[in-house]
Amino acid sequence: MTFIAKPRVHHPSLPRNDLGLTRRDYEGSVSTLCAGCGHDSVSASVVQACAELSLPPHRFVKVSGIGCSSKTPSYFLNKSHGFNSVHGRMPSVMTGANLANRDLLGIGVSGDGDSASIGLGQFAHIVRRRINMLYLVDNNGTYGLTKGQFSATNDRGSTSKKGIANLYEPIDLVSMALQLGASFVARSFSGDKKQLVPLIKAALKHKGMAFIDVISPCVAFNNHVGSTKSYEFTRDHRDTAVNADLILTSPEVMADYEEGAREDVAMPDGSTLRLYKLDADYDPHDRVGALNYVQKMQEEGTVVTGLLYVDSNPVECHDIMGTVKTPLAQLTEDELCPGSNILESINESFR
Amino acid sequence: MKPTKIGDPNYFHKVVDCQWACPAHTPVPEYIRLIAEEKYTEAYMLNWDSNVFPGILGRTCDRPCEPACRRVRTEEKAVAICRLKRVAADNKGDVSAYMPIVPTDKNGKKIALIGAGPASLAVARDLLPLGYEVHLFEKEEKGGGFMRSQIPAFRLPVEVLEEEVDRILDMGVICHFGTEITSMRDLLDQNFDAYFVGTGAPRGRDLELPGREEVDDHIHIGIDWLSSVAFGHVSNIQGKVIVMGGGNTAMDCCRTSRRLGAESVKVVVRSAFEVMKASEWEKEDAMREGIPIINNRPPKEFVHENGKLKGIVFECVTPVRGEDGRLKYEPSGEPDEFIECDHVLMAIGQDNHCPWIERDLGMDFDKWDCPVLDDETLQSQHPKVFFGGDSAFGPENIIWASAHAHKAAISIHLLCQGKDPKKDRPPEGVNLLSTKMGVHEWAYDSQHDDSLRFQVPLVEKTIALSDIKVEVELGFDKELGASEAQRCLNCDIQTVFSEDLCIECDACVDICPMDCISFVENADEEDLRKTLTAPALEESQDLYVSDELKTKRVMVKDEDVCLHCGLCAERCPTNAWDMQRSVIHVPQLGSYNA
Repeated sequence: MTFIAKPRVHHPSLPRNDLGLTRRDYEGSVSTLCAGCGHDSVSASVVQACAELSLPPHRFVKVSGIGCSSKTPSYFLNKSHGFNSVHGRMPSVMTGANLANRDLLGIGVSGDGDSASIGLGQFAHIVRRRINMLYLVDNNGTYGLTKGQFSATNDRGSTSKKGIANLYEPIDLVSMALQLGASFVARSFSGDKKQLVPLIKAALKHKGMAFIDVISPCVAFNNHVGSTKSYEFTRDHRDTAVNADLILTSPEVMADYEEGAREDVAMPDGSTLRLYKLDADYDPHDRVGALNYVQKMQEEGTVVTGLLYVDSNPVECHDIMGTVKTPLAQLTEDELCPGSNILESINESFR
Repeated sequence: MKPTKIGDPNYFHKVVDCQWACPAHTPVPEYIRLIAEEKYTEAYMLNWDSNVFPGILGRTCDRPCEPACRRVRTEEKAVAICRLKRVAADNKGDVSAYMPIVPTDKNGKKIALIGAGPASLAVARDLLPLGYEVHLFEKEEKGGGFMRSQIPAFRLPVEVLEEEVDRILDMGVICHFGTEITSMRDLLDQNFDAYFVGTGAPRGRDLELPGREEVDDHIHIGIDWLSSVAFGHVSNIQGKVIVMGGGNTAMDCCRTSRRLGAESVKVVVRSAFEVMKASEWEKEDAMREGIPIINNRPPKEFVHENGKLKGIVFECVTPVRGEDGRLKYEPSGEPDEFIECDHVLMAIGQDNHCPWIERDLGMDFDKWDCPVLDDETLQSQHPKVFFGGDSAFGPENIIWASAHAHKAAISIHLLCQGKDPKKDRPPEGVNLLSTKMGVHEWAYDSQHDDSLRFQVPLVEKTIALSDIKVEVELGFDKELGASEAQRCLNCDIQTVFSEDLCIECDACVDICPMDCISFVENADEEDLRKTLTAPALEESQDLYVSDELKTKRVMVKDEDVCLHCGLCAERCPTNAWDMQRSVIHVPQLGSYNA
């Protein structure tokens, strides 16, 4: 844990975005996680992505549960709304926040314990409901806060710090998210901001449930030889299917990618999501294909990263429920409670 | 780029911008830390070791360190390094126990120093502890050179000057005051083992203009006039005074005139305000005392009537920036300006002048009357004769005299030992000491202080102007000194990187407030500078490049705006970053008795 406050002074050439803010204005307090924690790189990536998109910090709502991962919302977007909820219950709170105010940009941060163990049920249902949010999982395969027990995402055969192998099959949150209807599914690595930052930007612009599983090594309890979630193992066993980039203005042709390997997807706000397929045969719009590919590669011991699936015509919870465009939080009492006459007529319609 | 060789003493020395810029390489951050710890005597001695005259320099230094201060690049205003030096000098205790021990048994070598200014005094200090018999020749009755004759007492009180001059004389210098050397040949015949010339640049420039001859009584050469004031030969100046020139001597002349009873004082400068040679703060001091500075006015003629000076006619010009970036002056079209005056003080520069050194002794002089020297050893073409201070390369500042003296003393010592002053010089060195005391605990105050530069308190203006001996600056008191000391970024506490420990987790990149650190693919310096987390555009500042890491990338740190806050080391899980104090060893003789 670091006690020194980060100096406010910044590099003289630090750019300002369209809101006149620098990247530093999107930071939170100094991390109290262990030095070298992958989660801090994820927080730094969120900071960078939000700054580059010129998103107003006060329009965000950040919600988390319990765990190392769930501490991280304190370390980014200081000037936004936030709620640190009960263990595994981030999805409930986020669902509520989104239903009440659909205009807020939701970032839910969770961990492998918070989402794959105690909160597995909540995870499954928020994905099913397709809440419009960015669901980030800082996945380190271990219970760091309780001194390093295997978590539910830890691979079978991966060893603890003392060399004991894990006996159980891992839960793969990416496969579950694909299967349960998330319209944007990605996996990345905290040690590769070049990949992670554009993915977060694309996810923030995506309308619907955007899920990113970030392999984020635990330097204290799961970064040793024998671990399958260490910096070194992840670097050596990583394969990227599709890289994404978000282009805010009109897209220019990039010379360094072959025509067939590039694809532009129009986003609802007019920006363009550009996909770079590193594997030419991979189709990022084929949900079943993605599921098979991820499972097959996992069998081979390869961690697939990148943008694995994106629905070009996504549907989100408010579309499904047909709610009004105005956030419920902004409706007046008259609009929310139209009176007993209306209730009568509704009841009448069921008779 | 190739991995940076941090064992090269110059690498981390350059990172300590202030120390690198100081001609005497004073370890600035270290003495500022001592001030913050209220160890004023220790801070003073550290200064005394490098620059010899901390009390004097703490008031009068030209401060090459301050424009170099990293704080200029991170928030515009440098740490008040010079005035902190004065805090150490003002608050120090008894330093006698720290003085180097001068042996009573001499080593049998005799050295002659000509001129009792800062350069000669510093040579004496360096050589005396080694057992040399040091003879000092000075035409005036007291030591100090131009520190006494040209710096007015309201900037440098006589007591401060004498304390530091006497400290050296009391080490056992054999003084020959009131002895003007008129022939180098005669002195060489006295068979000293070495000679050091520290006679300064004693000739003030004059201006040949129509009417100059006729009004000679009313025109004074600035440095000579200041000297007359210092030695009590002149105690007032009547009527209207024009000071011609834009350097620090001009500022001293105008402020002295103001105190000696002049009816009015004006400074008239040929060039534009921003290119005047005077230090920014000296111009401010003069203007604060109500002295107008009139720029872009080259003089045309002295106007006189019956042998009495009436005033000066000036041409009016406008500065225009040429294509080469330099200012050129064109006539502004305004009519010539006549400024009334009764006295003129000429402060338009000074030159070297050594008529007493015969030109057939084997030493050549250039057209500015500067001797031909080896700039590392300061040895002239006569192997036994060395030069230093202004007499070496022309007018500079006291701090240069100290720097020259250290080099010359080494040369003299080598010569007297029968060694080669150039080839046998001791090398520079660097020591690196970890400042890690424990988890989150460093041996220095790593927290960045974002206070703005503190102002030095001044004595009330009416009191200051009433007496030439009243020092204008009161100096920082202990409390202000402590606050100002906190602004120092501790640039000598280096960020040292060990590639074999790094796991490339990015923690340092994420925490660095100044975006100094990048992990990138290696490239040429030119390309690297553009591809870092923040572009490294200040080319005078080095890039610290590591050896190749496991991912085939390299760590590149731009030294330019690093705050030395230690957060990279604080957030590093493997101690690949460590904060290490660099101690630069600049070779020097006669160090103090620490």
